[in-house]
Parts: sequence; C-alpha cells; structure tokens
Amino acid sequence: MAVEHPVTAPAGDQTRIHNIGYRSYDGPRLGRAYARRSLYSQSLRGAYGLGRSVKSKVLPMLLFVVMCVPAAIMVAVAVATKAKELPVDYTRYAIIMQAVISLYVASQAPQSVSRDLRFKTVPLYFSRPIETADYVRAKLAAMASALFVLTAAPLLVLYVGALLAKLDFADQTKGFGQGLVSVALLSLLFAGIGLVIASVTPRRGFGIAAVIAVLTISYGAVSTLQAIAEAQDSAGSIPWIGLFSPVTLIDGVQSAFLGASSAFPGGVGPSDGQGVVYVLVVLGLIGTAHALLIRRYRKVGL
Amino acid sequence: MIFVACVTNFEGVTVIATESLSKRFPRVTALDRLSVDVGPGVTGLVGANGAGKSTLIKILLGLSPASEGRAEVLGLDVASKGAAIRERVGYMPEHDCLPPDVSATEFVVHMARMSGLPPTAARERTADTLRHVGLYEERYRPIGGYSTGMKQRVKLAQALVHDPQLVFLDEPTNGLDPVGRDEMLGLIRRIHTDFGISVLVTSHLLGELERTCDHVVVVDGGKLLRSSSTTDFTQTTTTLAIEVTDTDAHPDGTRAVREALRARGVEVLDANSALPGAGHVLLLTAQGEETYDVVRDAVAELGLGLVRMEQRRHHISEVFTDSDAENDQQRKEAVGHGS
Repeated sequence: MAVEHPVTAPAGDQTRIHNIGYRSYDGPRLGRAYARRSLYSQSLRGAYGLGRSVKSKVLPMLLFVVMCVPAAIMVAVAVATKAKELPVDYTRYAIIMQAVISLYVASQAPQSVSRDLRFKTVPLYFSRPIETADYVRAKLAAMASALFVLTAAPLLVLYVGALLAKLDFADQTKGFGQGLVSVALLSLLFAGIGLVIASVTPRRGFGIAAVIAVLTISYGAVSTLQAIAEAQDSAGSIPWIGLFSPVTLIDGVQSAFLGASSAFPGGVGPSDGQGVVYVLVVLGLIGTAHALLIRRYRKVGL
Repeated sequence: MIFVACVTNFEGVTVIATESLSKRFPRVTALDRLSVDVGPGVTGLVGANGAGKSTLIKILLGLSPASEGRAEVLGLDVASKGAAIRERVGYMPEHDCLPPDVSATEFVVHMARMSGLPPTAARERTADTLRHVGLYEERYRPIGGYSTGMKQRVKLAQALVHDPQLVFLDEPTNGLDPVGRDEMLGLIRRIHTDFGISVLVTSHLLGELERTCDHVVVVDGGKLLRSSSTTDFTQTTTTLAIEVTDTDAHPDGTRAVREALRARGVEVLDANSALPGAGHVLLLTAQGEETYDVVRDAVAELGLGLVRMEQRRHHISEVFTDSDAENDQQRKEAVGHGS
C-alpha cells in the first residue's frame, strides 16, 4: 500500500523510501493447466542445468556438445569431399550415439524426480492445485523434450550441412523427417524408462547406476543373444529377441517403417508384421511407464 | 467455550468446519469423529505426536479422503473441491522440503507459479513475501547454506506467496532456538493481524500457542479434547512457579511458604524434583488473578524475599494427565459443543 505517494509526484520524490506494508494479491490465478506448464518448463530448463548451479550445467551441456560434434565433423567431411550422400543415415545417428543418450538419461532423470523425493519437495507441489497426473505428465514431457533436443539437434546439424553440400533436397528432407520421428519415439521411451527407475529411489547415485544398468545391460544381453542366434543359423528369432531392449526396439521400429537399415546382426530388421509388434511394444512401454509413475506418486502424496 | 462458539456463529464466518470426521487406517484410527468449528484468526491445533494433527491437515487439503464424516474449508467441501481449496490455502510442512542448490528467490518464484501466479506477479510477490518473513540479501544465495531459522522462513514464504486466505503451518517452531521460536511466533501473529490471513498452526507445546493464538483446539488420539479461546485456557491451566529466600526466622523459606499457602487454602503441587533445583521452587495452580495476591501476601507476611514468581509453560501432556476423570468430562462437553 504505497498510499502517500501521489501519482504525479515529481521525479525527485521517487527516492523516498516508504515502508510498504503487506499487499494482498487480486490478480489472476491461472490454475492447474498453467501450473503444469510452469512445472514443464522448469523441469525442461533444469534438464540442461538452466536455473541451477554452474556445476549442474556442466554434464548436460558437455553431453549435448558430444552429441553434436560428430555430426558437425561428418558434415564438414561431406562438404569438403563433395560426397554424394552423408556418411550416416539420419535414423542411424541416435543408435550409434546411444551410449551418450543413455548417459544423459541416467544423469538427468534422477535429477528431475529424485531431487523432489529426496528433499521432500513433492508435498509442496501436491498442496497446490496440480494433481498427481499433472506432475507426472509435466515431468515426463519435460524429460522427453530434453531428450528430443539432445537427439534432434545433431540431426538438424546433419540436415543443414547436407543442404549446404547441395545434396538432393527431397531425399534429405525425407530422411530428416524419418529421423525426427524415430528420435521422438526414442525420447519418449527413454524418458519413461529413466523416470520410472529414478522415481523409485530418492538417492540420486542409485538412480544413475540403475538407469545405466538397465539401458546398457539390456542392450548388451540382447545383442549378444542376437549374435548367438545369427551364428546358430536361427536368424528368424533375431527380431523377436530385439524386443527386449529399448535401443533395439527403436532400431526395429525404424527399420520396419522409417526406411532405416537395421543394426541387427545380418542387417535384417523385423518384417512389417513384426514391426507392428515393435510399435505396439514401444507404445505399451511408454503407457506402462506413465501408469507406474502415477501409481508411484499416488503413494508419495504428502 | 460457549462464548467463543457464539462469536464465530455471530460473525457468520467459519474457516474450517468438520463434522464427525474420522480417518481409519488398517491398524490405527487417526481421527475419531472429530467435530470442530474454527473461525478466522490464529487457531492452534495442539496434540502430542501422533494425535492426528497432520492427518487432519491432509484431509483439509483434500489430499486424503476421510473414512467418515465431512469437512469444509472456506466453505468448500474437501471431498469434491480439493483443487479450489488448495488454490486459496497455503501449507507449510513440518519436515524439510527445500532443495539446497537453488536460491530462496528462485524456489519461491517457482512455487508461486505452481500456485497459478503469472510470471511477473510471481516475482513481485516473492520479493514482497521474502521481505515480510525477514529474508533480505541472503535470498539470492543457495538455500543449502541457510540456518534452520532462515529455512523455516523460506518454508513460510512459499506458503504465503500466493496470498492465501488460510495457511496451515505444521510445527513451524520445530528445531528453532528460543529466540528463533519467539520470532517465528511473532511472525505467525502478524500473518493474521497485518496480512489478514487466517492461520491454523500445529504444535505439541501448548505453552507457545497460548501466547500466539486466539483459539486453541486440543486433540488426543484423534479425538477432540478441548476447543476454546486461549483466555479460557490460561485461566484454568496456568502453573505458577515461586521461589523465595530463606531468613533467620524461617531457615527453610520454601517450606514456610508452602505451609502458609496451605493455610490459606491454596494447594501447592508436589514440587517433585524433575526440575533442576526443585527443592527451592514451589509449583501451584493459579485459579485466577486472586492467586497472585494470595502468594504475594503470604510471602510478605513471612518477611521473605520473593525471588521469582513466573508462569510456567506447560507441556501439552500435563493437560492430558492432569486428571483423567476431569478430562473425560471436558471431552464430552467439548464434543457436545462442537457438534
């Protein structure tokens, strides 16, 4: 209540210090949807360390650079050698860089959810208009968006580079589009898996280790089994084995529907029928992750 | 008690109303047919640990369904209007709830936005609120380096930042030293007198709430033990501590005063010992203003020096264990008035 101040006060008067008492707030209250959006943007910024300490910016920014540098080098090579096509398909890039992506999920998923659990900030959220589902969706969307930024940025570098190298526009645009669809699916899937694992423990260290373990061990086990299947001439089982790790799932989906060359042993991806199963499994996993997170936060409550 | 109920009804404003509210968990009954009306002002919710205070707050925030009965906050039903209630109510939890690696400003701005305040308003309100709770330059530093008292202020600020009509403060003085405790209690008082926000504050210490609250609700084992204005409370439950000097005429002054008081019909409590130096301190229950005069006269007549005469803050358990029969009686009365 800055009362004693006339509106037309001379400029010199501005320097006077008033003891402003408590002012009540009569402005708009934007409610649930706005709160959910605010949580989304805060979490997305947080996933790159923005709005947090300098220390927490280091790792995500470093991984972002590591993701983009190879793309930049490929582009430079393609431009310099006047190559007819890029050394790597848009859809293959994320598969090649999967270790970096896994590392990013492992480091940022726990920071997104374990912190709120560890410092017991969760009750403060739920004592406000938002509900469990809002919290979960905002966190999931933010993590998926952060991953999409991480995985789509190098594709953009490749695409821009390809156009600079005067490669075929239609061809490149189609590949770029397919790549974006593929990394969008990958982002959702990895975000879901990462957050579910991280939300179980308030300890960040455990979260990081568990996410890395799940992503790398499953991939290692699946590719080993596939290699064995290949060696024993039971190539028919290779696509089915691929259903059991996140990376091979994405690989399967994109080689069935997004014109990608499969990284499976023998270079044979799943057939169209199997591809449908792959898509269903991916969507099912994302849905399950969402449901598990909601169940988890129902319990945490206050 | 009746008087207070009348005032509340007269004003026609009830901030919180519960009607035979029960909450049963598989093994414990956290709330047992609790019926209580709370008017505007500062209301203390007192009870030992596990008395059902936090459970009540959870139900009132619309976060946990009651097993039985109903409750209204600001005229809104908790079962169906939880989100609307949470928009107008602030909550300060008992436990730590602050991330250490962000500054108070950043944290409170975020919480303001989570309450639905637009970005600019969130920043302005944060600056205002932090100033009102007494955080100045330090608000730009990470919370991890704050003292307990400063952290409590940040917790309070996030509960007030969206200018609620009512705040729930769960054990806000926990872990504070005596000075910090007094400051926090003063702040709580101001939340109502200066900010115009009603307060429901819990504590297991009746003494500190007596000084701060207009009204005190005592719960025990999920049941309403008492609901009355604080003046009622102090009148009936004040304990006086007295310490006198010894003189040649009365080598044991304490005993002399005890006997003199007994002769005047003032019963002295068994000054047993749990207190340090208990042998020299007399404890008695002040029935009203006149008790003070009786003590003064008795001591003067004996020619002793009165070293100390002070009100003792009593722990809530004393109210419970005083006399079970009396409490049972009060409990019935209180329930009768509440419903």
